[in-house]
This record gives sequence, C-alpha cells and structure tokens, in this order.
Amino acid sequence: MRGSILSKATVIAASSLLALTACTTDSSIENPPAAETGAAGEATPAAGEPSESSAEWFDQAVFDEQDEQRSATFEGDPAQPYLQYIDGEMTDTSAFAADGAQKACFSNASISNPWRQTGWITMNQQLQVLQDSGVISEMETRDAQDDDNTQISDIDYFIAEGNCDAFIISPNSTAALTPAVERACETGKPVIVFDRGVQTDCAVTFIHPIGGFAWGIDTAEFLSERLEEGDKVVALRILPGVDVLEQRWAAAERIFEENGIDAVDYFTGADPVEIKSIISDELATGDVQGIWMDAGDGAVAAIEAFEDAGADLPVMTGEDEMSFLRKWEETGLDGLAPVYSNFQWRTPLLALEKIFAGEEIPAEWVLPQSPITEEERGEFLTANEGMPDGHYAKFGGEDLPGYPTVWQERQIP
Amino acid sequence: MSVATGRSAVLEQNRSPRGERVLRALRTPSGAIFVLVAVLFVAVLAANPSFGEPGSLIRFIGRTAPIAIAAIGQYFVIVSGEFDLSMGSVVTAQVIIAGNLIGQDEARALPVLALMLVFGAFVGLVNGLVTTLLRVPSFIVTLGTMLALLGLVLYWTGGAATGNPADSFRQIGRGGIRDVPVLEIIPYPVLILAAVAAGAFWLMRRPYGRTLVAVGDNAQAAALTGAPVWWIRTRAFMLSSLAATVAGIILVGYAGVHPSVGRGYEFTAITAVVLGGVVLGGGRGWVLSAAAGAFALELLFTLLNFVGVQSTWRDSVQGAIIILAVGAAAQNWQRRRRTAASPTHDPNRPIEAPRPTPGTTEGGT
Repeated sequence: MRGSILSKATVIAASSLLALTACTTDSSIENPPAAETGAAGEATPAAGEPSESSAEWFDQAVFDEQDEQRSATFEGDPAQPYLQYIDGEMTDTSAFAADGAQKACFSNASISNPWRQTGWITMNQQLQVLQDSGVISEMETRDAQDDDNTQISDIDYFIAEGNCDAFIISPNSTAALTPAVERACETGKPVIVFDRGVQTDCAVTFIHPIGGFAWGIDTAEFLSERLEEGDKVVALRILPGVDVLEQRWAAAERIFEENGIDAVDYFTGADPVEIKSIISDELATGDVQGIWMDAGDGAVAAIEAFEDAGADLPVMTGEDEMSFLRKWEETGLDGLAPVYSNFQWRTPLLALEKIFAGEEIPAEWVLPQSPITEEERGEFLTANEGMPDGHYAKFGGEDLPGYPTVWQERQIP
Repeated sequence: MSVATGRSAVLEQNRSPRGERVLRALRTPSGAIFVLVAVLFVAVLAANPSFGEPGSLIRFIGRTAPIAIAAIGQYFVIVSGEFDLSMGSVVTAQVIIAGNLIGQDEARALPVLALMLVFGAFVGLVNGLVTTLLRVPSFIVTLGTMLALLGLVLYWTGGAATGNPADSFRQIGRGGIRDVPVLEIIPYPVLILAAVAAGAFWLMRRPYGRTLVAVGDNAQAAALTGAPVWWIRTRAFMLSSLAATVAGIILVGYAGVHPSVGRGYEFTAITAVVLGGVVLGGGRGWVLSAAAGAFALELLFTLLNFVGVQSTWRDSVQGAIIILAVGAAAQNWQRRRRTAASPTHDPNRPIEAPRPTPGTTEGGT
C-alpha cells in the first residue's frame, strides 16, 4: 500500500498548492503589500494584522485630509502637473547643492504592471533630458521584482558600492523598507521616496499623488450619484492587504453604505478569466447596476462579461488605462476613469535637479490627482492616439524627447 | 483478504444487469465524481434557481471548457504515471504569443495558430523525452519547463498585460452559434470541449489508450510485452501540452491577454483529475471523469460566489473543500482494495491464473 500513501500525500500537497496559488496571483498589482497611508505619510502598523474588514484600513483623519486635498489649489503651472504641489512645509536643500553631473541610484520596487511600466518609460525619457543638460551623469537602477528582501539588499548595495550621489527609492512595502531607507539617509546623500511611503521622514522629499481615500471618494460618489438606493455594485479588487488599494475600497465601501448601495467585493488578482466568471455569476443571480474597480487592469474583461451575457451595461469606474478609455468610448457606458497620477514618475528626477541646484522643495510633495470624466475623455483619447492598450492617459511625458514613438513601441528600458 | 472468486465471478459481474453495473460503477471514485457533480449542481440550483435556465447553463459549460480540456490533457500524463506541472505556463505562454504575434492583423491568425500548436507539441516532446530517455522525474522536468516558460513570458512582457489579439481570433473563445432554439447560443468552447472529449474517449479505447493505462499501472510489465514505453509516455506529454494550447486559445478569446491567465492551471487540472478518481501514480481512472472533476471544481467556485462567501475567506474555503473531497476519493480506493469488493478490480490476483496458495502472493494487504 506504499503507493497509495504516497499518492495521498501528493494529492494533499497538490491541493494545498492549488489553494496557495489561488491566493498568490499578485504579480500584477499596482501597489504591493503594506504601502503608505496616504497624504500624511504616517504609516499604520499593519503588518501581521488580519484584514477582516475594511474598517481597520479606515482612518478618518487621513480620509478627511485627502477629501479636502481633492479640491486644493496646487502651486505651479497646470501644464506641468508633475511639478505641481500643495503649499506646505518646504525643505532647504542648500547643503546638497553640487556642481557638475551627479550619479543617481534608483531602487525600484518592480515594473510588473502596466502602470509601473508606463511610468518607468517616462522616467527614462526624463533622465535623458537631465543627462543632456549635465545634471545627472548616469542612473543606476535595480529592480526588486516585488520582493522586499531583494529591495533591501539593492539599497544596501547602493550604499556600500554604488558610488551614488543621490538615492531615489520607490519602496515595495512600508514597514520592511523603512530601516533600509534610514540607512540610505545616514549616508548624508539626498534621498527621494516616491509612490509608496515609509515610516520615516528622513528623506528630503516624499512624492505621491493625493492618495487612496481620494480615489475611493471620487469613484464611490460618482456611482452613488448615478445609482439608486438598493442598487447592486460589484467591486472588483486586485488583492487584500495592500494599504493603498485597501484605502480605495475602505473609502468607497463607507460611501456606498451611507448611500444604501448594495456593494459586494471580490478579489480577482486582475485575472480576466476570474473577473468574467465573477460577473457572469453575479448576472445570473440578479441585475448588476454598477462596477467599481480598485485598479483598471481587467476593466475590459468586466465590460465584455456584460456584453456576453446580453445584459445592460453598468455604471462603471475603471482607470485611465487606454484599454478602458477605448472600451468606454466604444460602448458608450456611463463611466469615470479615476487616476493614480502616472506622471509622478518624472517628479523624482526633477526634484533631484532642484536639490542639486540647492533650491527648496516641498517636504511632502503631493501631486494633483483628478479623474478623467466623460467630457474630458475624447481629449485624452485624441492626445494618446496610437498608444498601446497598457498605456496610461495621464503619463505626462508629451514634452519629452522620443514622444510619441517611445511610448507607442513600449520598449521597456 | 481471502478471495475465493475466480474467473466465474468476473463473468458473473460482467453479465449482471446494466442497471447494476452502472450502480457499481458509480461506487468507484471515477464514477462517484458524477454523483458529486450532480450534488453540487443541485446545491447551486438551490442557491440560485435561474442557474438552471438552458441559456445560463450552456454559458457555464462554455466557461468551464478550457479547464475541462486541460484536465483531459493532464489525465493522459497522470494515468501513465507521470505529472505535468508545465501546463499553466504553457497556457500563459500561448496567450501571450497570441496577443503579441497576431495583434490586430487578422491575416496572421491562422499562421500563428499553427505556430502555437507546433510550440505546444514541442514543449510536450521536450517534457516527454527528458522524462523518459534521460530518466529525470517528470515532477522535476515539468517544474523546470514551467519556470523556464514563466521566465520567458516575464522577459517578453515585463509581467504586465499587452494588447488583445484581433477580435475575429477571439471569437473562438468568445463567440458561438447564435439563434439556437432554447439555448440562445452554443458557445464555440462547448463544441471544442465536446470534440476533445469525444476524441479522448475514443483514444482511450484504442490500443494506444489501453497501453497507456497499462504503462501507468506497471511500466515494466508493459515494456516486457513489447510496448515502447518511452514513446507512449512522450505522446501523453504532447497530448497534455496540446490540450493546454487549446485551453490557451479559448482563454485568450474568452478573457483576453494577461500574464495571470493560466496561472495555477496545472494545479486546478491535477485537482480535477484526482477529484475525478484518477489515481496519482497511474494505471487507474476514466478520462471523462477527469473532465467531470473540472466541472465539479467550477461548480464549487460558482456555489461559493452564489452563497456569497466573504472574499477574504474564499480561498481557504475552496482549499478545505478540495482537500476533503480528494481525501475521500483516496480513502475510497484504499477501502476497495482492502476489502476487494469487486473481484475484477483486485490488482493483486491475476484472473486467468489458477488460485494460488493463500498467503504467497497476498501478504501484507
């Protein structure tokens, strides 16, 4: 009977592997585990806590702050949103002023989703400009491939042997990366953190768009306005436990509740097969009036599920990814494209230019984050004609060399 | 373990009335899966009566087709005593190939389709030859293929979605024959599944299928009868990769291009096959039960959707139910062996041989 014992063990191993793989489809997330809490830059000690409900991700103070920032006035030229910021505390950088071209070291969390890829392309074109103008000699980049440990060793490598004049860090997660960022600060070289935050303010500046709550407010208010009490909204979420994504849902869920909207959420891993199954099942159970997404990846599959089932198209919020904008126009559904400003990928290098010139910069650089409405959609579609489906409309690189071919060909540098 | 039955008992069992034979078949794990499918179907119906409408039922079958086809492919490998872990990566790679090579150019659809089939067969050939000729355990070989293909996909795409292929190509997975009475639509994936299932059923009744099961049961004995074991197993691997290719073609139409399409498919397929009562290690099980296992899994997921299990719990519930079901199936085979309820299925006693002295061949069981 040895054979059957062996086979039983294999079966159980295989089944548990199945269960495991079912919940680790995370390589296409926009914001991996435990990211920043948002505008305030304070991080919640979220590690290890189970994510049972969105209540624990909800922070009224940050919610209110981001709600306010949605209508804040931004300093600077609106034609250059990547340089705009909300008036606040400034950091004096005169101590970092330097002559000649400097070497930048960039520790990147990953380029494993279309949003990060688009930003990465834009960043490289911005780098070219600064290299031509003699501000930066070179930028050495290490890609951590969504892994905290890899990113920590990347940063330590930069500190020890990178010969870096400045650090740019896009952290993979909040708590895990904090000590590494602090070590980088201790070198006395300027450190710039962008996208997700860390639990230290030792960096010269922390660059990010308004935040997850603002996204949640924009989208849930849009849906609530158009739907009636008792209507059903299916919320398609990438995965649990990611601060910025959880905040988007925490804000949205609260607003849906206040408005009596029946919202049910699913984790999809952005897998279009999963999304289609979920929507088909929901449509088999009853009507679905609204679709809410915490990231636009997979939005097209969601719309197709309605088409395939021959159901009325829902009111829907996606993202400013071209695939959604195109499908939105083609189907004429009532929608909104919230934006997690992709142009923020330019800002760290431009901040570096200011730092090396000794100009003061915001200590927390909050970039504008405003959704694309149906009225604005045409404008963005025309402006981004010929761009691939994974491109993001608000990539903000129109004035950079190589536009538009570099983004059209989408060669990942 | 005192079995006093001989050839006569076997004949008696085979001559028993049809109804009794069906009942007996349902008591084997490979038959019980059909009962499980029926039970789950009733449960889903109870949770949501509109699921039983012909229109939504046929769509459900269409949606399950790719995983059922993958399970049929995986069956060939498992029944021959091996594993194919590379299946999910083959699906992903094929989806990416379709997206990148066809693009919006419809004229390229057919050549790329041919290329995908060749590529699928090639992956299976490599898996099979390395396993059989170099004698590397298939678990390791296909794990290696899985990682190599995933790496290739990652290198090609950076891990993010690219554009979808032309709509006409996607019709294979999305479209169907419309205006059918009662059903409204017969999705193409349903027809593809029917063809694959019929083909697999036929193949398992051909000399190849019989030898394949024999190889899985006892490779040495099969080799002594003159069967080319290496080539039989290699072809099983090729069938598996080709099934993954067909699943990929359907999925790229159904869902579109995304690097997460196909992820975990190998484990879903293996679970489906095992749920279908096919013994890991080979030599036992029916091919259509493997497909039924896929339907049982998909019904289970649908049930969880309908019942509204909280999203954070869903994976754990799925995992627990699968372990229970598979564990029960494994128990069932064991008990059957121990008690030898069916003389025709007692693997330790050759039917034609004269009855041996008790204890000489059956010790320990």
